[in-house]
Amino acid sequence: MTGSPPPADPMPSRADAGDGARAMLDATRLARMRWRCRRGMLENDIVLTRFLDARGTDLDEADARALDALLDLTDGELWDVIAGRSEPADAALATMVAALRAA
Amino acid sequence: MTLPVRHFDAVIVGAGGAGMRASLQLAQAGLSVAVLSKVFPTRSHTVAAQGGIGASLGNMSEDHWIWHMYDTIKGSDWLGDQDAIEFMCKAAPKVVYELEHFGMPFDRNADGTIYQRPFGGHSANFGEKPVQRACAVADRTGHALLHTLYQRNVKAQTQFFVEWMALDLVRDADGEVLGVTALEMETGEIVILQGKATIFATGGAGRIFAASTNAFINTGDGLGMTARAGLPLEDMEFWQFHPTGVAGAGVLITEGVRGEGGILLNSQGERFMERYAPNLKDLASRDVVSRSMDQEIKEGRGVGPHKDHVLLKLDHLGPEVIMKRLPSIREIAIKFANVDPIKEPIPVVPTIHYQMGGIPVNIHGQVVAPQGGNPNAVVPGFYAVGECSCVSVHGANRLGTNSLLDLVVFGRATGDFIVGENLKARSHKPLPKDAGEAARERVARLDASKGTERVQDVANTLRKTMQAHCGVFRNQQLLSEGVTRVMELAERAQHVAIGDRSQTFNTARVEALELDNLMETAKATIVSAEARRESRGAQARSDYPTRDDVNWLKHTLWYSEGNRLDYKPVNLTPLTVESFPPKARTY
Ligand SMILES: Cc1cc2nc3c(=O)[nH]c(=O)nc-3n(C[C@H](O)[C@H](O)[C@H](O)COP(=O)(O)OP(=O)(O)OC[C@H]3O[C@@H](n4cnc5c(N)ncnc54)[C@H](O)[C@@H]3O)c2cc1C
Repeated sequence: MTGSPPPADPMPSRADAGDGARAMLDATRLARMRWRCRRGMLENDIVLTRFLDARGTDLDEADARALDALLDLTDGELWDVIAGRSEPADAALATMVAALRAA
Repeated sequence: MTLPVRHFDAVIVGAGGAGMRASLQLAQAGLSVAVLSKVFPTRSHTVAAQGGIGASLGNMSEDHWIWHMYDTIKGSDWLGDQDAIEFMCKAAPKVVYELEHFGMPFDRNADGTIYQRPFGGHSANFGEKPVQRACAVADRTGHALLHTLYQRNVKAQTQFFVEWMALDLVRDADGEVLGVTALEMETGEIVILQGKATIFATGGAGRIFAASTNAFINTGDGLGMTARAGLPLEDMEFWQFHPTGVAGAGVLITEGVRGEGGILLNSQGERFMERYAPNLKDLASRDVVSRSMDQEIKEGRGVGPHKDHVLLKLDHLGPEVIMKRLPSIREIAIKFANVDPIKEPIPVVPTIHYQMGGIPVNIHGQVVAPQGGNPNAVVPGFYAVGECSCVSVHGANRLGTNSLLDLVVFGRATGDFIVGENLKARSHKPLPKDAGEAARERVARLDASKGTERVQDVANTLRKTMQAHCGVFRNQQLLSEGVTRVMELAERAQHVAIGDRSQTFNTARVEALELDNLMETAKATIVSAEARRESRGAQARSDYPTRDDVNWLKHTLWYSEGNRLDYKPVNLTPLTVESFPPKARTY
């Protein structure tokens, strides 16, 4: 299938960042987040799973906080944000939103 | 080793529309109620329902519950039980007005009454003309229902156990159900939740198929637990397909797209629906379109490297129409098919949408099973409501908007019935000595397993097998081979191992436990389908193309032990009105 080229990567891999000081997530936190990515709408399930498979081991505390905040949205609100129909109120979430939209 | 035990009047597994409607009735009556859910209640799959809830309010034009009843019986291809269908359609206006009073923000007419939209299969005057019967909250009806019920339950002091997974039923030597064993995901601890009544409201099991509109949590846990307890599952061969799920992803593309002029094409660019349904073409009913698509794919006119889907073309509608009337469809196509429908067609396949069968119950929600010559003997202490149950109002095929109605009507009725049982006056029965042992062993065996099978491999192969052998069109050879393959997979599932043995939110363990439930559901489905040698509603057999009321006007009952089948009569006698005898189902 043809289609538009994949959009530019909004969250470059942390391995390239060379930033040893970032606190990576502990396994428990990641496990909890992975389960909370199970949603009531298939659209959200698919996007969140793609995102976690690609980036899950690569998230730091700040990323996790942003993702947690988005996961607190209702399924309809979250899908509206991912589909680009609405923007989250908190601008600090912009990087994570861009990453989910690209997933 | 004894497990910790917590006591409640009622234990409900599932916090979707069905579970929370039942819990509300119980909590409001002052009973102590525990509701378990794998996910936060308002993330239950009910949240995805868009279209609406059916009730003969008659706000748009004249309507009657008996017309709704007729439509439902006809839609069910006469496999629905007419007592249950009368009960549901008669109660519909009352439960919808009740939701309105609870604060559910229904769309309204200018005169302030609830607005009702049209939906396939709903008619006035016994099939004479379409009627608008669906009450909706924009395209977020399920979301509004869940949030309304959740708020009410919090007020009524229902106790929610969020991110708890029920593992198995607890039954005593008399066969009475005394509660469930459950895994608290945060701690990995297994606990017995004992109730004087136990209600399953675990939703559908659409994830047994590769192409499914269902969310990942829909793994049929209630069905698996029921089957493992030695109880039957009813009419599991009947699964509704939606014609247009995005190929490879499952995400639903609404009928509205074809309503706006979207058309289906095969690999030769042919608008094949003109051949199958010369009048309605692409707008024929869900089952007709799904079967035609399947036929095209089976005859080699599918699209793509594997020739496994067809195309939904809408670029001829022009960018303005697409952007204005179908914006969400464009978003879905770009995200999940990587195509922009303004320029290119969307790859689609018939996709599993709804499970008509389930745990057999009567109109009070009591689970029933054959015993001593009675096909519907009550299993004491055990109830089921919603998509996991089979009451049976949907028979061989569900009408749109009748599922949300089913949740609310029977959720409420089951609550009322249990309130009438005066549970407060009773004490908890003693638990059997080995209560919870089977579930604990299942988890311990999994943790200790040195097997070489991986959960995702077995689950994905199962889904592909079900799709290939138990899809839209079925025949003896496909089904017989399918049964063999599924039984081989059930054997492989015995040897799965998980790498992760941590206690906190161990998703690998949860998915392995879910696999047991997927397996029971898949076996029930394909074994029941293999045996039913007729076409009725959603069961379409190319080798037995017609309905056979002489031999097959009966409900299937499947038992896990020995893969055994049994049958019981359909109830053709309504509660108060005259029976609607079977006739040809034409629209
Ligand atoms: C995309 C889509 C659109 C739809 N639109 C409509 C519509 O417009 N109108 C209509 O009538 N129907 C519609 N349906 C069908 C309808 O939404 C469902 O049949 C219905 O919502 C099922 O509700 P439920 O309460 O039975 O289960 P669910 O809402 O699926 O809830 C199941 C609950 O059980 C819990 N659970 C499951 N297993 C366990 C376990 N082991 N331990 C603990 N908890 C567990 C889950 O966490 C969840 O809380 C639609 C379906 C889909 C997929």
